[in-house]
Amino acid sequence: MASVLQTQRCVVEIGGIPIWLRTDDEQFLHTLRQRYGGFLSSSRPEFELEFDLSSAGPVSDDDVRLRRDGADWVLERGDFQARWNPLSGRGRVRQNPNPYALDSVLRILHSLILAERGGFLLHAASAICDGKAYLFSGVSGAGKTTLTRLAPPDITLLTDEISYIRGLKNPGHASDYQACGTPFCGELAKAGENCAAPVSALFFLEQGPENRVDELSPSDAMRRLMRNILFFAEDPALVEKILATACDFVSRVPTCRLMFYPDARVWDRIRQFEGVPVHV
Amino acid sequence: MSETYVARSSAIAARMLAGEMMVMNSMDSTFFTLNEVATAIWQAADGRTPLREIVRTRICEQFDIDPEQAEKDAEQFVAELSQHGILLVSPEPLGDPHPQEKP
Repeated sequence: MASVLQTQRCVVEIGGIPIWLRTDDEQFLHTLRQRYGGFLSSSRPEFELEFDLSSAGPVSDDDVRLRRDGADWVLERGDFQARWNPLSGRGRVRQNPNPYALDSVLRILHSLILAERGGFLLHAASAICDGKAYLFSGVSGAGKTTLTRLAPPDITLLTDEISYIRGLKNPGHASDYQACGTPFCGELAKAGENCAAPVSALFFLEQGPENRVDELSPSDAMRRLMRNILFFAEDPALVEKILATACDFVSRVPTCRLMFYPDARVWDRIRQFEGVPVHV
Repeated sequence: MSETYVARSSAIAARMLAGEMMVMNSMDSTFFTLNEVATAIWQAADGRTPLREIVRTRICEQFDIDPEQAEKDAEQFVAELSQHGILLVSPEPLGDPHPQEKP
């Protein structure tokens, strides 16, 4: 019996947060193991999600609705309904067996957990270059996937779509931020590597005739950052935390505009970058 | 002449960064940055001080701006932020305002 339970255990650890995905459905379990293969973990889970695959809702592009119901968070979209209690760390997801629904549930869950812990998810590609993590943010079409396709072989891709930013709080020391790999992929259709590095810079992408880095004013940096943070809740306390984290991030991490011409030389410019945070 | 009273909404989060106020509405996640003058009005919006007095004591004196122009600009600023639910506006004094922003 113990070996059967062990076989069916699927703990997915993204950003150092292990979540146990519980299901009795062997085929769904197989799907989970394949989809999150690089992020399976033997760590003791911090959180649990149990699946009920009886929902027949079709794959949906609708906006996610997220609301509080007492202590619980309720997440809803056409193809899933989920309820999660942050105090017990347990939740239940009703969905059909498509992995896109689960990707969305995991993103929302991580965005809620990160908000409490001084981090956030960002619409951005991210990669590790010479031991430093760089974030490349922008609207769809700005060049996130293009930039990752141009990366030389020594670059480690963390994601081409949703970057995972974790706040590292060291009492008595300056705070720092770390970017972690995620299985959430965009057009590249390839999961990121499961590793992490300190964030050296955040670039807002813009394709143009040359490779150039421009400083941003604090307000411009904040406007762009807030526009690209994934955040679903209308909860005043969480909004307060996200705003505080974003202000802290901008004051500690160089945040610039990167105009780039789409060829591999842009990575030389990134390697040479030595920025300072906006003047605060 | 009737007075206008302004107070910060309780549904917003606000932080100072590099001398400018970052304001976010928790109801619809809209985000604003306020310049120095707008920040001064925002900070003085306690629901009890008339807008005209805020402009006179906090804006004209500190920023050396023509009072008539300052009042027009302040009214426009207040109207814009009240449309987004960031500021509450009333011809009567308002109740206990939202606590001060975090540093």
